[in-house]
Amino acid sequence: MRKVAAVLGATIVGATTLTACGTEGGMKINVYYAPEDNFQTVVDNCNTQANGRYEIVYNKLPRDADGQREQMVRRLAAGDESLDVLGLDVTWVPEFAEAGWVDEWEGEHKAQAMADVLPGPLETAQWKGKLYAAPKNTNVQLLWYDERITPEPPETWDQMIQMSRQLKDQGKPYQILFTGAQYEGLVVVYNSIVESAGGRILSEDGEQVVMDQGAIRALDLLKEVSSSGLTDPSLTNQQEDQVRQAMQDGRGAFELNWPFVYAAYAEEKPDELRHFKWAPYPGVNGPGSGKSTIGGYDLAVSAYSQHKPEAYEAALCLRSPENQKFSALMDGVPPTVESVYTDPTPLDPAKPADEAENPTMATKYPMKDTILEELKTAAVRPLTPAYQNLSTVMSKILSPPSAIDPQGTADTLRQQLTDALDSKGVIP
Amino acid sequence: MSHAVKEVRAKTKQAKAKPALSEGKRAERRLGLLLCAPAAIVMIAVTAYPIIYSIWLSLQRYDLRFPDEREFVGFANYAAVLSNSYWWTAFGTTMFLTIVSVAIELVLGMTLALIMHRTLVGRGLVRTVTLIPYGIVTVVAAFSWYYAWTPETGYLANALASGGAPLTEQWTSLWIIILAEVWKTTPFMALLLMAGLALVPDDLLKAASMDGANAWQRFTKVMVPVMKPAILVALLFRTLDAFRVFDNIFVLTKGANDTSSVSMQTYNNLIKGLNLGIGSTMAVLIFITVALIAFIFIKVFGTAAPGSDQGGKR
Repeated sequence: MRKVAAVLGATIVGATTLTACGTEGGMKINVYYAPEDNFQTVVDNCNTQANGRYEIVYNKLPRDADGQREQMVRRLAAGDESLDVLGLDVTWVPEFAEAGWVDEWEGEHKAQAMADVLPGPLETAQWKGKLYAAPKNTNVQLLWYDERITPEPPETWDQMIQMSRQLKDQGKPYQILFTGAQYEGLVVVYNSIVESAGGRILSEDGEQVVMDQGAIRALDLLKEVSSSGLTDPSLTNQQEDQVRQAMQDGRGAFELNWPFVYAAYAEEKPDELRHFKWAPYPGVNGPGSGKSTIGGYDLAVSAYSQHKPEAYEAALCLRSPENQKFSALMDGVPPTVESVYTDPTPLDPAKPADEAENPTMATKYPMKDTILEELKTAAVRPLTPAYQNLSTVMSKILSPPSAIDPQGTADTLRQQLTDALDSKGVIP
Repeated sequence: MSHAVKEVRAKTKQAKAKPALSEGKRAERRLGLLLCAPAAIVMIAVTAYPIIYSIWLSLQRYDLRFPDEREFVGFANYAAVLSNSYWWTAFGTTMFLTIVSVAIELVLGMTLALIMHRTLVGRGLVRTVTLIPYGIVTVVAAFSWYYAWTPETGYLANALASGGAPLTEQWTSLWIIILAEVWKTTPFMALLLMAGLALVPDDLLKAASMDGANAWQRFTKVMVPVMKPAILVALLFRTLDAFRVFDNIFVLTKGANDTSSVSMQTYNNLIKGLNLGIGSTMAVLIFITVALIAFIFIKVFGTAAPGSDQGGKR
């Protein structure tokens, strides 16, 4: 018996020393980030750059935002020291900063993280005037369409609904596809429509609920489009990827989604890519009034990290302009650094540009100008530490969108969002 | 009832009146306690501590994101949860799922048990095949149900609900959840009932058929009464289990369209919302409900606690 205990003890001690040796021989920087097809290449690039001083390990988080946040939050709440760099969705920065889970960026690191970053994305990385993360990539939704079905894209929601009706009567693909499942994606759609209608959900400082006429008009519109029979039958189960899939399967005429769909379309249906077009987010008050909600990721350094200097360095490398360009070209995620949009050099600057082998931003990311244009007027989601509660309550009340009763739903939202802001009450 | 109370009182009186224990007896008792101690300590550490800790948390306002605002609030969390319509919707849903799925499972499980009991050829094979669903990880099974019921990709959605999306509507989702639960746990029910069937002596059945009882009469008048303890234990286990339903709902609907169960909602408040106070309150309420269910089964229906023989000392 004693022998067994001794062996067991020795194994445990041995195992811990071994792990300690492992980190000594080559320091590991653990990056927790959402799945991105070619992010491992970015990590490899940065590891080459680090030249053996540390090794970045890419830990893939779940695909859906709630799952990503949950995994990080659970570990951080327990003070897990194995997290170094965190990929935060733009809505989480206030929460993580307020809870003391991520460190403030200062000095040289801060200057590097802020250099040439577009104002919208930069706003999402700050809380109470301090910088808590480096914007990795931003995002805006575009209106995607197939030019064989609709050569002229609609400019407003009303036009889109009308065109969809006509297509349905003609027996052509007619669906208006957007993220209608009961989750953050539905809140994004609603937020975009509210802002497009010139309305507000929360006050500017994010501390009070407003729910003005624009917000009610948006409820009206969301109900109309969801109960008109013009959406996918599984609207209330659709998240970003199901929406993309539905469009690729040829079910939809219009798709409101992030630009990653272009890279995915190019990958899976290269022959038809030239017909897959994009337009600015549809407006509510006439053409040009459309505003898309900003998405994207910011990289933060965990407050419990044991290798902070290296973590900052790794984060800065992972979001360097060159790597942002790579991610834009390979994975379709829009850069946060403005100069990348106009960068004329191809993926591998040493070789001549080639559309298939060595693309440039102009050849492989043609929607960049529309994105840059939208980014200038884009809507930022309310910045508040209670955003998660806000979002859960909102997606619950808005779901299913076809059951919205504009005035009543607005009243419910007003009351329950106030509770959520105070972090009171029960979330569904 | 009052008779029992009297009996207990009489016993305590008797114990008080007992003469002091001898030295040897006391040492023996001490040794007994010492031998029990490790097990008792482990039990306290793994079960009592978390329960007490969550009761303690449920009396506080404690949001992980605002750790500085932690304070003792008494029963305010209970008031908040019990006056909330989301909680009662989830409670109703959970009750509905529990009652319907356990009822279906009982009937199906009994049928399966009878088949397994009477199988003549390939008995082992039949039992193995029946038990397969129980051996599959619930989440994995739930995912295959999820895809089966998703339009375009799913064979069930295409065959049975073409043009619609059953997982996006409350009632169809609830029935799909019940189907997934029943498919998954009927074998467990069948297994427990089969153990009960083994209790029925063949002689009794033979005697009944000699007296002219037909198959149905033999089943209702002979088998079921003899099996009653086994049936009640099976029902108790499944009811407690079903009340905590989480994984199927998590995968199939994520609790959308009012299909959330109480466990799901607790998870949302505790893990997603990081609200330890409210979340723990819900956990305690679930604990109380489960305890009530067990109490009703044991006291009202007279379910024998597993491990204790009937009428013997407990």
